[in-house]
Amino acid sequence: MPFLEMKNISKRFVDVVANDRVCFDVERGEVHTLLGENGAGKSTLMNILYGLYSPDEGEIYMEGNLVKISSPYDAIELHIGMIHQHFTLIPNLSVTENIILGLPSSSGFLLELKKAEENIDNISRKYELRVDPKSLVRQLPVGLQQRVEILKALYRNTDILILDEPTSVLTPLEVEIFFKIIRRFTEDGLAVIFISHKLNEVMSISDRITVLRGGNVVGTLKKLDTDANKLAGMMVGKEITLSLDKPSVKKGKRLLEVRGLSVNSEKGGKPLVNNVSFDIHEGEILGVAGVDGNGQGELADAIAGLQPVSKGQILINGMDVAHLSPRKRIERKLGYIPSDRQRVGLIVDFSVAQNLVLKNFCDPPFSTRRLFLSHKNITSNADQMIKEFDIKVSHGNEKVAFLSGGNQQKVILAREISGKPDVLIAMQPTRGLDVGSTRYVHQCILQHREQGGATLFISTELDEVIAISDRIGVMFEGEIMGIIPGGDRADLEQISLMMAGVREQKTKKSVS
Amino acid sequence: MNLNWKRTALSLSPIWATLVALALGAGLILLAGLNPIKAYYALFMGAFSNIYGISSTLTKTTPLIFASLGVALAFKGGYFNVGAEGQLYLGGLGATLAGLYIHGLSPLLHIPVTLTAGFVAGGIWSLIPGYLKARHEVNEIITCIFMYFIGLLFIEYMASGPLFEPGAPAAMSREIAASAQLPIIIPNTDVHLGFLMSLALVFIMHLVLTKTTIGYQITAMGLNPVASRYAGVNIVKDMCVLSFVSGGLAGLAGASEIMGLKHRLFDAFSPGYGLDAIVIAFLAKSNPIGVMVASLFFGALRSGAGMMQRAAGVPTTAVLAIQGLVILFVAISLVLPQWRPRWFRADMDKETPRKKENE
Repeated sequence: MPFLEMKNISKRFVDVVANDRVCFDVERGEVHTLLGENGAGKSTLMNILYGLYSPDEGEIYMEGNLVKISSPYDAIELHIGMIHQHFTLIPNLSVTENIILGLPSSSGFLLELKKAEENIDNISRKYELRVDPKSLVRQLPVGLQQRVEILKALYRNTDILILDEPTSVLTPLEVEIFFKIIRRFTEDGLAVIFISHKLNEVMSISDRITVLRGGNVVGTLKKLDTDANKLAGMMVGKEITLSLDKPSVKKGKRLLEVRGLSVNSEKGGKPLVNNVSFDIHEGEILGVAGVDGNGQGELADAIAGLQPVSKGQILINGMDVAHLSPRKRIERKLGYIPSDRQRVGLIVDFSVAQNLVLKNFCDPPFSTRRLFLSHKNITSNADQMIKEFDIKVSHGNEKVAFLSGGNQQKVILAREISGKPDVLIAMQPTRGLDVGSTRYVHQCILQHREQGGATLFISTELDEVIAISDRIGVMFEGEIMGIIPGGDRADLEQISLMMAGVREQKTKKSVS
Repeated sequence: MNLNWKRTALSLSPIWATLVALALGAGLILLAGLNPIKAYYALFMGAFSNIYGISSTLTKTTPLIFASLGVALAFKGGYFNVGAEGQLYLGGLGATLAGLYIHGLSPLLHIPVTLTAGFVAGGIWSLIPGYLKARHEVNEIITCIFMYFIGLLFIEYMASGPLFEPGAPAAMSREIAASAQLPIIIPNTDVHLGFLMSLALVFIMHLVLTKTTIGYQITAMGLNPVASRYAGVNIVKDMCVLSFVSGGLAGLAGASEIMGLKHRLFDAFSPGYGLDAIVIAFLAKSNPIGVMVASLFFGALRSGAGMMQRAAGVPTTAVLAIQGLVILFVAISLVLPQWRPRWFRADMDKETPRKKENE
């Protein structure tokens, strides 16, 4: 009988099935990893275990007894602790104060800081989680703040510790130390559930691994019976479900060239974009695949001029724009579809017509002498765009806020593509869209390709990257792991390996 | 039709807020054992019944319009300029210096020069918080309040120190040159040319905001600075220019006050016009025409207060209470759109914006 068992857990959100009859169990003294891409349902499952979500179906058993966990309070009562990706600490309180927050004091209203400090000291010595109980949390570096979170869980006599992507905030050295601490927990009989999408870490810390994909369990394996290759294959899947009708286009001259581009993190540490180089020609789509948060957003913003470039060159039509303003880059025929359409791509309180001229309202025919707006031309432009791009809206003076996500995206597409850019960056252009709108976005981008434009297509949806791209670059921790052919010739296994941080050169089947 | 009616009703929320404030003010007067109808009647008559009342109202409206235009412009562009009072004082100082130390110009030249001095002085006072916000993301509300106190005390120092007229009974400067004084436009009253200039500015600003690329850009920046930057707007530069012009307009309030009415720099020469300007800009939803109407309302409140005290026995400070209530209800009306009763909301929600989609 397993120490903790989750049986046939299902959870649906409005239109997605986050967990579909998922079974999962963990024993005392083991590290059981939940592996999967973003959106595979790992966090949902653990949020159910921690009482943050209630499952639509399924049961949870502890030591064979059915338990009901309807709030984190219940979970804590059952000695389940969870460390979230985003810490839940109060910066202006001390370590001790944070740890005892919410716990009853044995002497009524009086705080027993001294006693608590001693207890914390004992725990931290036992597991070598050294941190000064008196220091304020805001003065601690992120790695130590995480220790405080863990101490908080241990202080509440945790038997099951859930760690939601704990290493994403740590440096490689800190990760090593962190894994040693986890080992000490399991030696002490704790059950540890480790959520991750980083294969190398999973292989080094886990005893067992359960792979999730699209809300389903792909399989549960012992670490000794598997390797990173096999796991990567399980994570990504084998079938490509999307195919696009893509006429062949003659590759023309080089429109975008990126040379050794780096973007440093404001917080210091590893660069967010690290020495990235590629080029895109006329009539070509370069796809960028990768797990979310591996520097894709920063890469797109750096090319568009919204993020300062630390090193390297960005050449549009042979001209280095790396240190020019966004406006200058727009003038050099750069179009950009940002991932966050409501915050970046649109002014939602402006009308459709106003949004359509967001980048060129100062140019004729929309203004005369760069000063007086021509409302007539702005309106007729909107009428034309609404027809051409099939934007579902009663008239151009409607606020963009009232449009559906798909139609909002069409407003951006209309603006960016009608500007006839040489280079188009499309960052997650189909995120959150329904099937019809997604297809429309793909068509627009393919049309841009046919007209001889260069496109950088960035998405975390592997299917669409493979289907739409002529070539695919895979990003991992700010670096391009390699660039391989897209479309039918794409090598899925290789892409999944590169997404997990294995370089192209290290694999056997290298494609030039 | 019903829907349009509701939308109109909602867009007029400042008027409802004002009426509720006046009603509650009436309740307060009643509680004090006085007659609110008599009080409001006296207030109105004091402000509008005769040429003296009207001229006093217009004289007080003038600096309110200037300063409120400045604040409204700032709000429009996302710069929360709550330091208009300090900028107004600096504008007064700038105008005084140009009026005192430039000699021998014809009024045709001296007046514009003096006004410009006031504009620039007020502009610089606002540019400091504006630059800090644009370049270093320093919260402008805090810095504007700091700058307000610095400005106030600086003027007090100037009027009682370097510019002090020896032998004067209070902290004041010498009189500025006659060529820098704004002419009176209604004989035997205090209404000066500044009033017409403020009206002209109302219409200029209305045109700029609705008909020009500058207005489009300011509005875009105010609604969504991230998207504006994405669209190629140089936010840092534009924010600096905006803060300068906003402060300049507040500076004009001080300059016209000195040039048209006081003719000398006094310490504490403004009874809080720059503070009222914040409320007015809110009340007007940053619309220039609305600013004009709301300024007139606040000017009338100030000018009718005396008559109210004499005729109805209600102390002039009651006007401050009413102003306070207006602030309160305007603030409430700002959150009202999310807070409408269900019967009111029913058919409007079909078109409610989809702010967040599924992740």
